[in-house]
Parts: sequence; structure tokens; C-alpha cells
Amino acid sequence: MSKSRSHTGRTIAAHAVLLTYTLIALFPVFVIVINSFKSRKAIFADPLALPSPGNFDAVGYTTVLEQGHVVEYFANSLIVTVASLFFVLLFGAMAAFSLSEYRFKGNMLMGLYLALGIMIPIRLGTVAILQMMVAGGLVNTRTALVLVYTAQGLPLAVFILSEFMKTISDDLKNAGRIDGLSEYRIFFTLVLPLIRPAMATVAVFTMIPIWNDLWFPLILAPSEATKTITLGSQIFIGQFVTNWNAVLAALSLAIIPVLVLYLIFSRQLISGITAGAVK
Amino acid sequence: MAGRKAVRWHIAVFLAPAVLVYTAIMIIPLFGTLNLSLYNVQGENRIFVGLANFATLFGDPRWSASFWNALRNNCWFFVIHMLVQNPIGIVLAAILSSPRLRMAAFYRTAIFIPTILSFVIVGFVWKLILSPIWGIAPGMLDAVGLKWLYGPWLGKPDTALITLALVSVWQFVGIPMMLIYAALLSIPDDVIEAAEMDGLTGWAQFWKIKLPLILPSIGIISILTFVGNFNAFDLIYVAQGALAGPNFSTDILGTFLYRTFFGFQLQLGDPHMGATIATAMFGIILVGVCLYLFGIQTRLRRYQF
Repeated sequence: MSKSRSHTGRTIAAHAVLLTYTLIALFPVFVIVINSFKSRKAIFADPLALPSPGNFDAVGYTTVLEQGHVVEYFANSLIVTVASLFFVLLFGAMAAFSLSEYRFKGNMLMGLYLALGIMIPIRLGTVAILQMMVAGGLVNTRTALVLVYTAQGLPLAVFILSEFMKTISDDLKNAGRIDGLSEYRIFFTLVLPLIRPAMATVAVFTMIPIWNDLWFPLILAPSEATKTITLGSQIFIGQFVTNWNAVLAALSLAIIPVLVLYLIFSRQLISGITAGAVK
Repeated sequence: MAGRKAVRWHIAVFLAPAVLVYTAIMIIPLFGTLNLSLYNVQGENRIFVGLANFATLFGDPRWSASFWNALRNNCWFFVIHMLVQNPIGIVLAAILSSPRLRMAAFYRTAIFIPTILSFVIVGFVWKLILSPIWGIAPGMLDAVGLKWLYGPWLGKPDTALITLALVSVWQFVGIPMMLIYAALLSIPDDVIEAAEMDGLTGWAQFWKIKLPLILPSIGIISILTFVGNFNAFDLIYVAQGALAGPNFSTDILGTFLYRTFFGFQLQLGDPHMGATIATAMFGIILVGVCLYLFGIQTRLRRYQF
């Protein structure tokens, strides 16, 4: 009797703690989004009120969209992220396959060499990367960003994917060899489809830092034509600090796409982490 | 057996793209930066100066004051993460992993949301909320009778760094939570059942059984926090600008590197000193990672189930 009561007590306490922290995590985002739909007066008079017909005002959104570049910045971010993701996944899976499938001299060493990049941030090479991009005429191109992000994403991708490839049965691959498939066909037609869940995990892990990065767009591609949405919103908000409607709308516009993507992929992300992606 | 001697070109083909891109964009520039830190410009020529740049950085009052300030702030930044972010993450994970908890998926998803937002969003959102002009923070403190606590935290030199560190904690607490949660889920049921047979439940069970089993994960989180913190830049840049105000009180190594390399206001950028700072950061991260790998990780006991 007393045991079950203490159990209920503990459950309530657990929910109280989790609910409190959930509020702390979501409150700032909530405040920004509700206020972006309110008139300037209402933003200051009652910041915590929900938008209603009485105080509704979308002037912030029209200001932001009139700037006109939002769509281009968004496209830049999308192109850079998707292209980097493609190369990270393709090159990463190929390298992971050769490391996990074949025994050759230097296999261990090569694995360690590629894993170094997990611990050492690529940013420390920025000075030399910029000089290299200047020499190659790649400054202010999306190519520069794609190259950097591909290199940045590869170490973790190779590490996770090769752990995963070790679990694929040899019988299947050997059956393919007996049927006369080349090693390339085995990789592309037998192995790649099987590692799709691991690829999705790697994709989510790779995507978030690329989409959110400010350092490399700021240094390698700050021109109007190549700005990403992260850099664009940083500059835009910096210029409009006193226009609260515009700032709140710009922030909401930056939050919502990421949030929608996250809610779609959150199951994948969480099962990826809990599947022991980082051991 | 003759076939084994044949060159297996496919291995090279599979490895080549990854190794080439990784080497060209990551490893060579890293060594390029290390190399650049050994040169400096005198008059028109670039000359080899050995470790003189480091002597300047650590010893010359014009440089060393900023460097030690940035390093000290960076250490604080790291300490606050270790003391606040990781314990909160562990507690949340411990509660989340308790069996038969309803809505666990909802909490997990919601608490992870700040982690997916960019620094730009996080920096500005908190700047607005803490702003004395808007008054959300003072208004809320007033509602619980704590208005006297409020101050322009981001604008005062003695509170700005702590405030930003706590904002960063708010953003990243999802990562330790998830990793610890994964570690807790991987503890086999028989171990827990055996503990319950011996009368260990609740917190006692967590301290005596689960915590020792998840120590390796806590180690990994600590080292990830360390690397991330000593490489941080974005949040400070967004919230306080490249000058890391007020009066450099939030300057960390990342912002110091950015300012030195690209210049600010009237000071011109200096690639050689920039490279020197980057090399110093590389050294700090390397020492930290090695200390962990050889000093701590080898002593952690791992349990095989």
C-alpha cells in the first residue's frame, strides 16, 4: 500500500521535473513565434499574450519578405547542404565499405587517420583553407562551402557507417561474388540498400551543423549571391535591431523550417542516437 | 592463391575520394596553419621566425593580455558546461529512462529542440528575452517576487560570460541527455532485476548500479564538451559581436582568433598571428584529448554484458 503510494509520488515528481525542463526548453521559441504576429504596441504592452484579432499584425513578415533575398539565401543553404550531404554519404559509404570489407596493409592506420577528424575541428585550418580557396579562385562560391563541409562530415560518417557495415552478413556478399558480380556492383546493389537506416542517421547528424554553420559562410562565401540563410539572417537581424516586428518575424521564419524538418525526422534521429551511434 | 597477389584496385577506388577530400581540405590546411605560425612578415619579406610568434603571443603584453583573458574565459565557459549542462543532462536522462514513464517520447523530442536551432537564432532569441527594453525577463521575475535579481546580465562585464555560457547550456543540454539515455537503455534488465532483488531501488540503484555502468559515456560527453567549447565562436559572435563585449569579458579563443585573423575596426588582420592562435588552440585541444584518452579512459572500467 505505502509502496504503491510512494511510486505514484515518484511518477508525479518525474513528470514535474520533465515538464519544467520542457517549458524552459520551449518557452523562448514560443515567445518569439507568438510575438512575431503581434503589433508593435502589443509586443511591448503584453509580451506573453497570444496573438488575437485585436493585436494581430503581420507587418514584420511583409518587411522581411520585401527584402527579397530570403528565397535566394534559402536556396543557397539548401544547395550547399544537399550537395555536401550527397558527397559525405557517397564517399563516406565507399570508404567505410573498403575499411570494413577488405583486409589490407594499413587498414587500421587508415581508419585511425580518418577518425582523427572527429576530435580535431576543421575550423583550426581556416587560415590555410582561405588561402587555398583564394589561390584556387573559389572564394565566394558554393563549391568552396561544399568542399569544406564534405571534409568536415566525412570522419564521423566513415566511423558510423563502417561500424554498421560490419554487421552485414558475408553470405550475401559471397553469394553475389559467386554469381559473378564485380566488387562495385556488390557495393552499389547489395550493400548500399542495406545500410539505408545508418545512412539516414548520418544524414541527420551531418545536416544540422552544416545548415546552422556561421563560420565558413562568413569567411569563405559572404557575397550577396552565395549567402546562406544562417549568415543572411544574422546580417539582416543586425541591421534591423530596432525594428522589433521584422526581427521577430525573421527569427520565426528561420526557426519554422528547421522545426518542421526536425519533427519529421525526430524519430529517425533519436533512434539513431539510441542505437549506439556514438559508442 | 595466386589471386591474392593481384593488386586489388577496387580498394583504392573505394577509398580514394574520401581520403583525397579529407586530406586536401582538412589535414593539409591544418598543417598549413601550423606551418604559417612559424613565419612572420618583416618589411616586404615573409621570413621564418621559429617560435617567435608564440613568444609574442604568450609574453608580449600587447598580445598576451588578450590571449590569457580569452583562455581564462574559455576555461570558465567549459567549467560552467561541465557543472551545469552535464549534470542536468544526466538527471533528465535518468528520469526519462525509468520504465513505464508516459509521454517519454514527447519530453525527449521537446527537450532536444533547442539543440537543432542555429546559434544565430539562439543568440538573438536570448538577447531579446534578456533585454531590459522588452522586459520579458524582469516581468517574469517580478511575477514570482524576484525582481531584485534582475539586471542587464548581458551588458555587465561580470555576468555576461556566465549568462552566455548558460544560454549555450540551454541549447546543448539535449546532447548529454540523449547519449546518457542511450547508455541507460543498454543496461541489461537482469542487472537491474538483480539489484532489485538485493533491495536497491530508485536513487540508490542509480548511484550504485547505473552510474558506474554509464561512466564511459559520461567520459565521452566530457571530451565532446571540451572540444566543442574550446572551438566555440558562433554564439559569442552573434550575441556580443567580434569584440566580445562588454570590454572583452566574453572573449574566448574562437572570437580572439577571428579578430586577429580578419582584423576589426582600425586594426588590420594578421594571418601569421591568427595561425599562431589557431595552433595554440590545436595544442590545447590535443593535450586535452590525449589527457582524456591516456589518463582517464584507460582507467575507466568497462563492463561487458
